[in-house]
Amino acid sequence: MTTLTHDPIDTASGHSHAHGPTGLMRWITTTNHKDIGTMYMIFSFIMFLSGGVMALTIRAELFQPGLQVVEPEFFNQLTTMHGLVMVFGAIMPAFVGFANWMVPLMIGASDMAFARMNNWSFWLLPPAAILLLGSFFVPGGATAAGWTLYAPLSVQMGMGMDLAIFAIHIMGISSIMGAINIVVTILNMRAPGMTMMKMPLFCWTWLITAYLLIAVMPVLAGAVTMILTDRHFGTSFFNAAGGGDPVMYQHIFWFFGHPEVYIMILPAFGIVSQIIPTFARKPLFGYASMVYATASIAILSFVVWAHHMFTTGMPAAGQLFFMYATMLIAVPTGVKVFNWVATMWRGSMTFESPMLWATGFIFVFTMGGFTGLICAIAPIDIQVQDTYYVVAHFHYVLVAGSLFALFAGAYYWLPKWTGHMPNEFLGKLHFWCSIVFFNITFFPMHFLGLAGMPRRIPDYALQFADFNALATIGAFGFGLSQLIFLVVVVKCVRGGEKAEAQSWEGAEGLEWTVPSPAPHHTFEDAPVFKG
Amino acid sequence: MSETLERYFVPEPSKFPIFGSVALLLFGTGAALWLNKVGAGPWLFFAGIAILIYMLFGWFGQVVRESQGGHYGKRVDVSFRWSMGWFIFSEVMFFAAFFGALFYVRVLALPWLSTGDNEAVLWQGFSGEWPSAGPRAHEAFTPMGAWGIPAINTLILLTSGVTLTWAHYGLLGGRRGQLKLGLFLTILLGAIFIGLQAYEYLHAYVDLNLRLDSGIYGSTFYLLTGFHGLHVTVGAIMLTVMLFRVFAGHFDAEHHFGFEAAAWYWHFVDVVWLFLFVVVYWL
Repeated sequence: MTTLTHDPIDTASGHSHAHGPTGLMRWITTTNHKDIGTMYMIFSFIMFLSGGVMALTIRAELFQPGLQVVEPEFFNQLTTMHGLVMVFGAIMPAFVGFANWMVPLMIGASDMAFARMNNWSFWLLPPAAILLLGSFFVPGGATAAGWTLYAPLSVQMGMGMDLAIFAIHIMGISSIMGAINIVVTILNMRAPGMTMMKMPLFCWTWLITAYLLIAVMPVLAGAVTMILTDRHFGTSFFNAAGGGDPVMYQHIFWFFGHPEVYIMILPAFGIVSQIIPTFARKPLFGYASMVYATASIAILSFVVWAHHMFTTGMPAAGQLFFMYATMLIAVPTGVKVFNWVATMWRGSMTFESPMLWATGFIFVFTMGGFTGLICAIAPIDIQVQDTYYVVAHFHYVLVAGSLFALFAGAYYWLPKWTGHMPNEFLGKLHFWCSIVFFNITFFPMHFLGLAGMPRRIPDYALQFADFNALATIGAFGFGLSQLIFLVVVVKCVRGGEKAEAQSWEGAEGLEWTVPSPAPHHTFEDAPVFKG
Repeated sequence: MSETLERYFVPEPSKFPIFGSVALLLFGTGAALWLNKVGAGPWLFFAGIAILIYMLFGWFGQVVRESQGGHYGKRVDVSFRWSMGWFIFSEVMFFAAFFGALFYVRVLALPWLSTGDNEAVLWQGFSGEWPSAGPRAHEAFTPMGAWGIPAINTLILLTSGVTLTWAHYGLLGGRRGQLKLGLFLTILLGAIFIGLQAYEYLHAYVDLNLRLDSGIYGSTFYLLTGFHGLHVTVGAIMLTVMLFRVFAGHFDAEHHFGFEAAAWYWHFVDVVWLFLFVVVYWL
């Protein structure tokens, strides 16, 4: 548990922690936002590796046509659990970990607004993970309804589905409490002089993300509750014979689900918006437009959900509305991409690992954005729905988007967390291996999808064999590359070049005014922000 | 903002969160096992609830002690207000999912089931009119009328909102008797509401044959009113805690966020009921 922090606590600040619990109890009872942020990140990395092993098993099965590695039933469990684990276990908690560590440091707050509730938000995640992963071992295995848990499949699944439902409830409680904490911290705990429009963009993106979380996690809770009562208590929400409608599940789910994908990308935008100005040594281009673009994306995200359902039955007017509304999102997203590029324009750029990841993010994420635009066109989507084209699209935005931004942020703030600079060579190696293997894995999937290969099927027609073999090779390369990150972090915790308070030459903001590693308690008396 | 802010209260390390986590782990595991008829299920389930109750008592007790100890300054008070507002917003969205299901079924799903190919091939003769238990309803039921108990319950909840506000004015004006009486009447009205609701459910099951499995009407009726009833119960418990705190001499005209939070919550369940009355019982 202590690996990431390297006892950054007491050396720098002189604070004694003799009064607090030590050892494991320190981590279980802590109310410190840095401890909790660290635990979030360790948890999410463990879940990232678990979800990754599932992904590699899927790819191993798909290396050749035919069934070699796993049974089809288990394959379906793997695709389902890979999605649930990565979305709820890896990506979301990692961003919450960043928020925990960085938001108080960035706004000059002594801690999160509700430090004790913050602890509970984290410690609800391991029980949820136990329920979710434990469901592999109950009769019938884990839920195999796909991560979207569509009815009627989810109504028919075995006990694993019930465990998944309760896991989602617990993660939802965790997310809502965490989001309320972040919103209140940002609204109420800013240092004197830091007005809303002077806040670091990371805080803005998290404020809006937290708003989305509070708005849609309860809707997901409602959706899975209806599944639960349909399964066990005789209700007919998703049963046409009783007057319900299975398609209604999709509407409710995606009313949660589409804001959810922005929950997973807006903090990534925030991280990249911190890093690019630092390494271009220029202020962020178009700060205000970045804020408004983020807010626009969030608002639009509530009125586009049915673009996930173009083939499941909807009046043409509905298809047109959701198609145009979806394409409208390209406008604020484009504003962001152009602002990042304009920030780099004529900057004194250097490409240390954080910048390399951030630049890579812009390139690959934008490709994912473009395929999103293509999927948004209803007549095209009818062709590519549920094919590997969609798989390629959302991995370009979730892996090359969210995950790459997480790595960028990790390399950027590791000096602040550990007091040591991350190993530059390994950081670059990690980046180049990742981006090359990422594209080897997912680029061919565009072709597979356009040619008609369906997703979530363990076998495929012979003509898809070459691209699938290539994707599998890429996936194993990508998976192994992530171990480099583990080495970097462990090395960084144990030693390395000492980091200064301002660890990167062009870095600005309150977090760079405190020593590296950040003392256990920072900004107990609020600093005065002059920005 | 002034240049010297008061220090923000950051609590000491606490054992309560992990109790809550273990409680929910047992609760979730137990519920899943119980639903699938595994013997240990109920034991784990109730153990989880017991630990959760212990945790809530301990945690909120500590919060009350910290509040009475003067640890919560102006800034913490602002945080509490923001957080309660956002929490109620999340509750609104939870109910929105179920209201959304009701509207979807009434406006889209049932008309689709009773027209075109569906009517011609699948569900012949199905009219799709609300209230409906769907094209394959096995038993007839009588829908719940609006102008009996539900109308009385509406009056009760509206009155309870008035008594609560009267209590609030008593608190603000330092009239403790008015505060105690108003709070007590509010809780009493809440209890009567819950009692009548329980009687209504009994009546529905026994006389109207309106059950949870009465198709989509039963599903939406019981989940909407049931979750509302659960929230009324929670709100009444919150108000009861506040009444005990009032008797213990807590709260004054400046410091009474706990009371206000409970009052906000009560008004929220009040408003949800008004929507329920209109779209579930009446229209």
